[in-house]
Amino acid sequence: MIELAAVTKTFNAGRPNEYQALRGVDLAIEAGRVTALRGPSGSGKTTLLTLIGCLARPSSGRVRLAGEDISALPERFLAELRLRRFGFVFQRFNLIPGLSALDNILLPAYPLGLPYHELRARADTLMASLEIDHRAATRVDWLSGGEVQRVAIARALINDPPVIIADEPTAHLDSRLSLEFLALLGRLKEAGKTVVIASHDPLVFETGLPDRVADLRDGRIVGVTP
Amino acid sequence: MNGFARQRYLLDFTVASLMRRPGRNLSLLLVYTLVVFLLASVMLYSQAIKGKAAALLQGAPEIVVQRMEAGRHALMPAAYLERLGRLRGVAEVQGRLWGYYYDPAVAANYTVMAPARDGAAPGQVRIGAGIARVRGLAAGDVFSLRGYDGQPHAYTVAAVLPATSELVSADLMLIAPADFRAFFGLADDVYTDLALSVTNPAEVRQVARKLAERLPDCRPILREEVLRTYESVFDWREGMLLAVLAGAVFAFLIFAWDKATGLSAEERREIGILRAIGWETGDVLRMKLWEGGLISFTAFCLGYGLAHLHVFHAGAPLFAGVMRGWSVLQPHFALTPQVDALQLTTLFLLSVVPYTVVTLVPVWRAATVDPDSIMR
Ligand SMILES: Nc1ncnc2c1ncn2[C@@H]1O[C@H](COP(=O)(O)OP(=O)(O)OP(=O)(O)O)[C@@H](O)[C@H]1O
Ligand SMILES: [Mg+2]
Repeated sequence: MIELAAVTKTFNAGRPNEYQALRGVDLAIEAGRVTALRGPSGSGKTTLLTLIGCLARPSSGRVRLAGEDISALPERFLAELRLRRFGFVFQRFNLIPGLSALDNILLPAYPLGLPYHELRARADTLMASLEIDHRAATRVDWLSGGEVQRVAIARALINDPPVIIADEPTAHLDSRLSLEFLALLGRLKEAGKTVVIASHDPLVFETGLPDRVADLRDGRIVGVTP
Repeated sequence: MNGFARQRYLLDFTVASLMRRPGRNLSLLLVYTLVVFLLASVMLYSQAIKGKAAALLQGAPEIVVQRMEAGRHALMPAAYLERLGRLRGVAEVQGRLWGYYYDPAVAANYTVMAPARDGAAPGQVRIGAGIARVRGLAAGDVFSLRGYDGQPHAYTVAAVLPATSELVSADLMLIAPADFRAFFGLADDVYTDLALSVTNPAEVRQVARKLAERLPDCRPILREEVLRTYESVFDWREGMLLAVLAGAVFAFLIFAWDKATGLSAEERREIGILRAIGWETGDVLRMKLWEGGLISFTAFCLGYGLAHLHVFHAGAPLFAGVMRGWSVLQPHFALTPQVDALQLTTLFLLSVVPYTVVTLVPVWRAATVDPDSIMR
């Protein structure tokens, strides 16, 4: 599904504060499975996720998405890929405050310009399956922590992308909400989605959700299990 | 269809987004509307008043001849009428009687005229609306003034002049020629000046030149020159008003600049989120274009509409004083509503475009940052 070959990422190249966050990463992410990136803080998990999710380009090496080399695509095409192929769940969920849950969920769909009834039907189905349909018109600022994470997931799913990317999704949740969230990811996997998650939360690994775990250290992959 | 739906979604989002900060956006809209209102008022008012003055002067004589004595305007002997009547190109010559009268009772100057035709019957007076107002006179009242000899002269008010021409006639009083001479102590064989009409308007300048040759102690005044002078006076006043306004506009610019360019960290983060979930730079820009356009267009429509009401229906109370002079006899007259396409376009471009562009610059900068920034 997604293959990375000899990928490096250097920040501030050529400047005194040059920093190599990834130093030659090879990784294959299989479709329909949950892959977890694990490692201490600063090991490069987030950086690797941005490359996988087409949010950034590698400094060298190749990133292939479904066989297509995307490492040198212009930003406009990357945006299009993000829109159609990826759903993002950010560390703090990054919902837009002040807007309703529904408005937040619809955001990734706007650039596609689908007919409203179609879009609305899709959002309604999603919200019903996540049990947040009664909160559709509520401003996201007033939602509970559990509702916020489900809105974030609904937003990631609105364009029905094949890949879900989540960066430290449980970092700001208590154990109950974390488990709830991981259960939701499990349902997505059952629905056939590819899930890539970065975390150093032991809870994530104890649940046995990840099919594969890639251990990172100092910008290198030091082990993949199994 | 797809593109249209997309724009509609962007517009919806923009509206939803603006509604999130009603206080901030309403205050911006308010100040913006106020600036457009002031600008539009000045433009509408000065244009309408210029048109009005020009229309009124159309009825004025094409050439006025004044006799000069020691470089000052002097009385015109009736004999000059004969000498001029034989000048080729002159259709008609008429001696005019007019002057100024200072009324200490209300500290105002009146223009006194005694037209040969359509003036007033002996013992009667027709007065401008301004005089009627300050002296509290109506038709049938007696209007008493102190003449050159210190004696009171009383006239019956026959009528108050119609307000339509008030800009020029507010301070006007019309009396009979004989009353005029008695009031100011003029001999029977003099006039204030002469009014000429010419057979061919294109020859006005030639006639004026010949006239100056024949009557070396006189000076001809052409209507077209008076018109130009009027215009430049109004232009000057408009300029002055605009200069004052420039201050307001400048303050607004700083305000708008601050609101527009100072993208808050919050907005920056929002743009980052939109970029990360797949919006293109162009989508973000279009969204902000809608936002700037929506605010400035609303302000433009409101401001222009209010200015229209202010100038044409409320009588422009805000700058009537400046534009018409500080006369005690404030003319109160309704201007004819008019909408000038060029003026409208100018105002539109001045008010909508700069703001919209100014708001785009910082957004463009924010929208081109790396989409991964939101992950950090
Ligand atoms: N834009 C950037 N400019 C400079 N350095 C950066 C930038 N982004 C990341 N880094 C550095 O790259 C390294 C890896 O960062 P990254 O965010 O990928 O780590 P991480 O494994 O996600 O850590 P954490 O668990 O704390 O989120 C860090 O040392 C970080 O300081
Ligand atoms: Mg991280």
